[in-house]
This record gives sequence, C-alpha cells and structure tokens, in this order.
Amino acid sequence: MVKTENERRRSSIWFRFHIDVPLMLAILTLMLLSVFVVYSAGGQNIHMALRQVFRLGIGLGVLLIVAQVSPFFYQRWAPHIFVVGVCLLVAVLLFGDMGKGAQRWLNLGVTKFQPSEIMKLSLPMMMAWFLSKYTLPPSTKNTFFSFCIIAIPTLLIAKQPDLGTSLLVASSGFFALFLAGLRFRILFGLGALFAAFLPILWFYLMHAYQKQRVLTFLNPESDPLGSGYHIIQSKIAIGSGGFQGKGWLQGTQSQLEFLPERHTDFIFSVFSEEFGFIGVLLLLAVYAFIIIRGTIIAIRAQEGFTKILAGSLTLTFFVYLFVNIGMVSGLMPVVGVPLPLVSYGGTSIVTLMASFGILMAISTNKRLLAA
Amino acid sequence: MRRGSYHIQDHSAESNLFAQRAIISLFFIGSLMLLLIGNLFYLQISSYNSYQTRSNENRIKVQPIQPNRGVIKDLNGKILAGNEPTFSLEIIPEQIANMDETLAEIGQIIEISDEQIKVFKRAIKYRRRFKGMPLKSKLTDKEVALFSVHQHKFSGVSIEARLARHYPYGEYFTHGVGYVGKINKKDLQRLDDTGQLKNYAATRSIGKIGIERYYESQLHGITGSQEVEVNHRSRVLRQLSVTPPVTGTDLHLAIDVDLQIKAKEIMGDNMGAIIAMDPRDGALLTFYSNPTYDPNLFVNGISQKEYSKIIGSKDKPMLNRVTQGQYPPASTIKPQLGLLALDKGLITVDTTIWDPGYWRIPNIEVQRRFRDWKPQGHGHVNLLMSIKQSCDIFYYDLAYRLGIDNISEFGSKFGFGDYTGVDVFEESTAIMPSRAWKKARFKESWYKGDTISIGIGQGYWTATPVQLAMSTAALVNRGQIVEPRLVTGITKNGVYQATATKHRNPVVLNNDKHWDVILDAMYQTVNASDGTARTAFKDAVYSSAGKTGTAQLFGLDEDEEYNVEDVAERYRDNAMYVGFAPYESPSIVIVVALENAGGGGSHAAPIARKILDLYFGLGLAGKRDLTNTTLPPVDAN
Repeated sequence: MVKTENERRRSSIWFRFHIDVPLMLAILTLMLLSVFVVYSAGGQNIHMALRQVFRLGIGLGVLLIVAQVSPFFYQRWAPHIFVVGVCLLVAVLLFGDMGKGAQRWLNLGVTKFQPSEIMKLSLPMMMAWFLSKYTLPPSTKNTFFSFCIIAIPTLLIAKQPDLGTSLLVASSGFFALFLAGLRFRILFGLGALFAAFLPILWFYLMHAYQKQRVLTFLNPESDPLGSGYHIIQSKIAIGSGGFQGKGWLQGTQSQLEFLPERHTDFIFSVFSEEFGFIGVLLLLAVYAFIIIRGTIIAIRAQEGFTKILAGSLTLTFFVYLFVNIGMVSGLMPVVGVPLPLVSYGGTSIVTLMASFGILMAISTNKRLLAA
Repeated sequence: MRRGSYHIQDHSAESNLFAQRAIISLFFIGSLMLLLIGNLFYLQISSYNSYQTRSNENRIKVQPIQPNRGVIKDLNGKILAGNEPTFSLEIIPEQIANMDETLAEIGQIIEISDEQIKVFKRAIKYRRRFKGMPLKSKLTDKEVALFSVHQHKFSGVSIEARLARHYPYGEYFTHGVGYVGKINKKDLQRLDDTGQLKNYAATRSIGKIGIERYYESQLHGITGSQEVEVNHRSRVLRQLSVTPPVTGTDLHLAIDVDLQIKAKEIMGDNMGAIIAMDPRDGALLTFYSNPTYDPNLFVNGISQKEYSKIIGSKDKPMLNRVTQGQYPPASTIKPQLGLLALDKGLITVDTTIWDPGYWRIPNIEVQRRFRDWKPQGHGHVNLLMSIKQSCDIFYYDLAYRLGIDNISEFGSKFGFGDYTGVDVFEESTAIMPSRAWKKARFKESWYKGDTISIGIGQGYWTATPVQLAMSTAALVNRGQIVEPRLVTGITKNGVYQATATKHRNPVVLNNDKHWDVILDAMYQTVNASDGTARTAFKDAVYSSAGKTGTAQLFGLDEDEEYNVEDVAERYRDNAMYVGFAPYESPSIVIVVALENAGGGGSHAAPIARKILDLYFGLGLAGKRDLTNTTLPPVDAN
C-alpha cells in the first residue's frame, strides 16, 4: 500500500516537476499572507505590496529552478561553493559597501549582493558533504574539523557586523553536526565552554550597539524613547491585539507608525496586532507544518548528505522564526532577522525559497538503491 | 568497493541515528514553540488590558481648546476689546532639523526681522517643543498667499489662524480697558498658585493691565478639550470626542466711545487725567490718562524697540494717571474742609476772617508767612467766599484750628489715602497724611506747621483723580460713598446682568443742611460773577457746580513772586478741577488733573467744561437707565 502510494506520487505531474505539494501549499499560504500584511504594514501602500508580490514571484521562480537540480550536484560542488563563498565574504570585508553601519554588500556594478546569503545555503551543504563522507556519528577529530568549518564563515559574517546572519549560519552548521550525531558529551561540554566564553564575547568581541541591544532587551523600559522604543512599541502592538486582533488595516500601532521597522523585522508585531492571538496560533501552525514537513523529507531522504542538508535547512528555518518572534515579543535581544517568507525584503526571500527548492529536490530525487 | 559496502552496511544505523536526532530536534522545536506561544499568550491575553491602554495612550491625546475671550463693550455696545482672526506663521521646533536654515529659507519668502527671530528663539527655549510657536504674527493676505505656495517645502512650519485680541480704539482706552499679552513666567506662577493653570492649557494671552487683568477670570472662559487620534509624530489625524469650551463673560462699560475720543483730543499735549463718574452708581463715564500708547502692540509680544520707546519716555505713558497719578488735591478739597469746620461748629456760614494776603501761626516766635494765591488778599472772607474765590488764608486758619487728626479722619471717610476699589489693579492709595503716617514714613513727629499746607490740599496730601471723583461724588450724594467702577454689567451665556454698585460707610453730619451750604458754594464757584470757574463755564446750557485747584510744585520763599516764564515746565503749577452737573440732579462728576499746566480755573476748568458740553451735547445725560438691570444699555447688534 505504501508502495502504491509512492508510485502514485511519482507518476504525478507535481513529482515530475519536483514539487512537494504539502510544502508548496504551506509556502503559498505564507506568501499570500505576506502580501496582505506587507500592504497593511507599509501604510496601505499598493506599490509596496506589488513589489512584494514581484519578489515572491522571483523567489518562487528560484524555488522551481533549484528544485529541478539534483541534490547530488550540490554534493559534488559543495566544497567549491563553500570556498568561493568564503572568498566572497573576505572580499566584502575588504571592498564591500557600507549600509546601515555594516559592511555587508558587494557591489557587482549592476547589482548589489550579499555574500552572507550564499553562506546560509553553502555552509549546510559543506557540512553535509563533510560529515557524510565519514561514518556517522562523526569522530572527535571530524567534530573538531566541523567546528572549524562553521567558525570561518560565522566569524567573517560577525565581523561585518551582521549578528543575525552569523547566528543563522552558525546554527545551520551546528544543526548539521547535531543531526549527524554529535555526541551529547561534546554537546554539553561545548555548552559549558560557550557559557565560559560569554564574558569574553561581551567585553572583547561585541560592538557597543550590540551590547546596547542586549541591555535594552534586559530592561527596555529603562530607555523608553531611545533604545527601548522599538521593543516597547512592538510589545504594545502585540499585546493590544488581544485575542481577536484589531482587524486587518486597523492596527493603530502600525497604521499610526508608532511601531518602527513595520514591514521588515517587526512585521510579526503588525500581524499580531491586527489578527490577535488566534491569528498568531494559525500562523505558527503553518510554520510548524513546514518544519514538520521538512523534517519528514529529511528522515525519508536516503543519503547522509541529503538527510543532513534537508534537516539543517529545516531547523535553520525554525531559527529564523524563533529569533524573529522571540525578538519582537521581548524574549530575545533585537537582532536583525526577518520573519521568514512574510517580511518585506528581497534577499532573504530568495535565499529561503532556494532552500525550499533544495528541500523539494531532496524530497523528489530518490535514487533507488535497489536498482 | 570497500567504501561502498561499508557505507551500505551502516546505512540503516545511520538512518536510525538521524531519525532519532530529528525527533529530538522536533521535540526541542516544539518546546521552544510552546515558549513563544506562552509568551504571546502572556502578552495578548493576560496583559491585554495593560497593552490595550498603552496603545490608546500612544494614539489618543487630549488637547485643550481655547475658549473665546469675552469682549468688552462701551455704553452703546461698541466693541472696545474684541477677538479678530489673524494668521500667524508657526513653527513646531521638534519637527525642524536645522532651525537656522529653516528660518533663513522662510526669510527668503516672507520678511522676517532679526527682532522676530530673536523673540522666537528666546520663546522656544521655555516652551514644549512639540507645540507650535509663532514666528511672525499678523500676516498680511499677501504673505499668507506667498507662504502657502511654498508650504510643501516646510514640514513643521504652518500658517495658523487664530483669534487674537484686538482693540479697535487702541490708545484711547489703554489705561482703562488695558490689554492682554503673552503669558509669561510670572503669570504662570500666579495661575499655578490659584489653581487655574489647567484652564489655561490652550491659552496664550492673559490680561496684563486694566479691565483685561482685573476681570481676567471672567473674560477668559472655560477651556474645552478634544480627544484626538495622533500618529507617532503627534500629528492630529481625527477628532474622537469634544467638550466645547465656554466663551468668557462679556463686560459692559458706561463709557461712551465718542466722549472718550473727544477727551483725548481735548487733552491735547497736556499730561494728566480726565475722569467722569456717574455719582448715582459709580459708573465711570470717561477714563482717560494722557499720554497714552497703543495696547495692540502688546497682544502678540511687543518688540524690544517699541517697548523701550514706551518705557523710556520721560512722560511715563504707562502710568495710569487716573488711578496712579498722585497729585496734591490743592483747593479742590476746600469744600470738604469747609464742611468739616462747619459741622464741627468751628465756624458758621456767617463767620468771617480777615485776609491780608498772608497768614501766620499764632503765638510762635519764629514766624513763617503762609501766603494766599492772591498777594493782596481777599479782605473779609466767609465760608461761601472762601470756596468760590478759593481763599487760602481761610483754610490755613481752619486747618490750624481743626488739627491734623480731624482732617485726616474726615478725609479718610471720603476715601482719601485708600484704594477706591475701582476695577483696575493699577491703583495707588496716594497719601492722606496723619501723625501715624508721618511717624511711619519719616520717623518724625507731626508739627503744627505741617497742618497748615494740608488746609489747601498741599504739603503731604496727595490724591489720585479717581479719589477726587469719589470724594466729589460723596459731596453730591450728601455723604453716600459710591465706589467708582468701569464695568457696569456683564453678559454671561447670553444673559445680561447689571453689576451692583458698591457702597461704603456714609459720611454722617450733625446737620444735613451743611451739605447744601457746601454744594451751593460750589455752584457759586461756577456761576457767581466772582467764582473762579465762572469764565470757564460762561454761557453753559446746563447748570453745574465745581471747584478749581492749583497746586504749587515749586516752593516760593515768602517774598518771591511766582512767574510762569521763570519756572521750568516741570515745576509749573498743576491745574485741577472737580465738578458735577446738572446741579439739581447730578448725573456726572468730572475731575480734570493737568500736570504743569498752570491755574485750575484757567486750564483745568475749560477742559472740564468741554467734556460736560459734550456729555450734554451728545445726549448722554439721560441715556443711562439705572433701574434696568437685566437688559444691556444698547443691543450690540
């Protein structure tokens, strides 16, 4: 019976075009939602909403294209892509354009481009490639090498500085390692080490503005009109949404512009204000569905590389979600991470859609081992 | 292949390991999801009320609405102080990134003086930065149009229409009506102390002097409020609810605009005061202090230059000479002193004294001669003659015999040396001298010699014109003391109500006939062929009575002659006149005080005559209906 279902799936048109229907439906749901929320958050600016539609369209295109590529292509090229990615990150530090106080962009003449976005995909691939070369769980030596691989892009991105992306990149690498069977002994040991490292991070590595964010996170009301303003207004927006929300386009915090960064990082606050707790639950349900679906794809994948890659991408998607919502609702310090697939903005959507493309490719490219 | 088989061999183990790790991850994710949901539940459900409130506090602001200030009207309902729409260029400092640049850019469109910039910059230091502050007031239509074209370039700069106080008759009414000016620190303190600060939340101006200040609390009205929705820049988006303000009370005066205007013309270059009062109810009919100045200059903040010009003038235009001018009453108080002596029994109507032109204190070794204004003397003088010819010797003698205590007590009963209660705060008590007063003032005892000049209303004795009006009205009313007042009625919520006259303890005589003696003497002063005011009132079509007064400001040695040509202007005599008309049933008391003008009969009386001529000529004599208390004298419209 399982077999017949598998056969039915494989013969379907969706399968032929490497589309995972449940995942696709969930993504389309979020996209549709995104257009409406962006329209509201942007002060009912139809042009902004249309630009978002356009970007989502591009993202969808990227997804469809990426989905057609065999995962084994990535496996073959993973180390090369990774090396190129690291080189680009170095280039950013040397020649990059400044924007909002950070050096993140590489100007290619025709277009600007953020190499750290490549790393969001490249590092999981690299990790999956490296780990799947050897027996799982990885040996202590390989674990050490893995951490080196993670550290290189993470530190380069953190240096830009782009704390949010470096966090996402680091966690994607870490998830790969975890899924590959990182020993719990090492995990807890590292946890302890990290805790010990925190003071060094605080006193020597963090920028003043990053420290301020942490301090503000700990007590936003200490500076309600300054650094605490964002988070306070965000919590007011979310809290005042109540159970049912104020209704679409009716959120006073967002429509009257008390809420900053409404259409980008704080779009969840807009959504929460207008759709309330019930809307939030439904939204989280869609995200949970995507994560579960991604995990199922990872478990069903037949190769170590595809398993680890799919799992890492899925878990990283959750990190996006958790960091963004945690940030706007006051659980975490403010780090610039968009709400995946909903926030207004080009690069992150393309990267995310590419990662879903990879997931779909993995889900629909199963080498029949028996054959 | 070895590697391949090895791989395949471990494949199932690896799959299990991976699945196990994936499940662990899902549990981990699930618990973090629950953490998020828990936190959102806390924000949206548990703390909903608190955040709902804070959200509303963000967007809903309560704004005060300024009430319209009550207007001040004359006898005929003509507006003396009204509200006029004016356009002013206002800047919200908070919304300006570079103030100097913005000011320079505005300056290229409409003319802004350095003075205006200076005043503006000083003002914004003390104001809340999100409130509009006027840069230039009273924009012309052209300026409004010019700026409107460029409005889009300036956010935070706008043209605001508001009602501003306007005094159509300007300088004619400055000292009585007063004016409003911008609320300053001192005003704020006073408002705070009296608990009225909240009611002034939207108000920019406050009464500074005159009626505008005295009746501030009634004129102001009650501030309304509106709840508005604002965006994060505090820009008002819509009104949610409104409590309308209550317009201030209108005030009605008994002054006739035309008579007041004539009073200024008649005064000409003379410095001094003209005050006319209805002795029946204390209503002031003319209230003019010269020189004067334009009250409209103060409404929107006077420029330093203009202010220096007014405050720096040696003629002291800001002095309210009607209520603050302290003049020796001179001979104008002779009727009161004669009355006192008569009623005390010191003299009778038939008592005469010999006036050789001078008087000496009896029984004193070192003799100083007190001189009569008439060097050769008046000869035999009785009470009637002493008033109509204003004999000084008669009153030196009376003062000497009455003593300062009697004079001081009697003078005080007529209101000298005290506030009259007139409804402006700018009032001085002047001086009704007494032993106690001299002790306190100079730490010296009262000497007999001090009393002699008091007899002719000089020496330490000073009085304000409004006191003279009140004391003359007291004579007219046979002892009834009526307090003078500018405001005779109010219109509140559309209903007119006359305000009550204030009375004081009357002056009671032993014999009421004595009033008639004195009033008759004052009649003779004006009408008898040898009366000092006879020339001034020749051929008047109405009957009147009065008393002239000439105050020497220049002490002459006993042998010196007073020569107008030799005396510097500021030492020339003050001319005084008090009078009333018609004699039979007086409806007007007039007081004229002229500084350094010359004789009372020759200078002050003719001015009083002109005012009385106009009073009767303009038909004002029968105009005031004192029995009516609920209808405005004349409908304003």
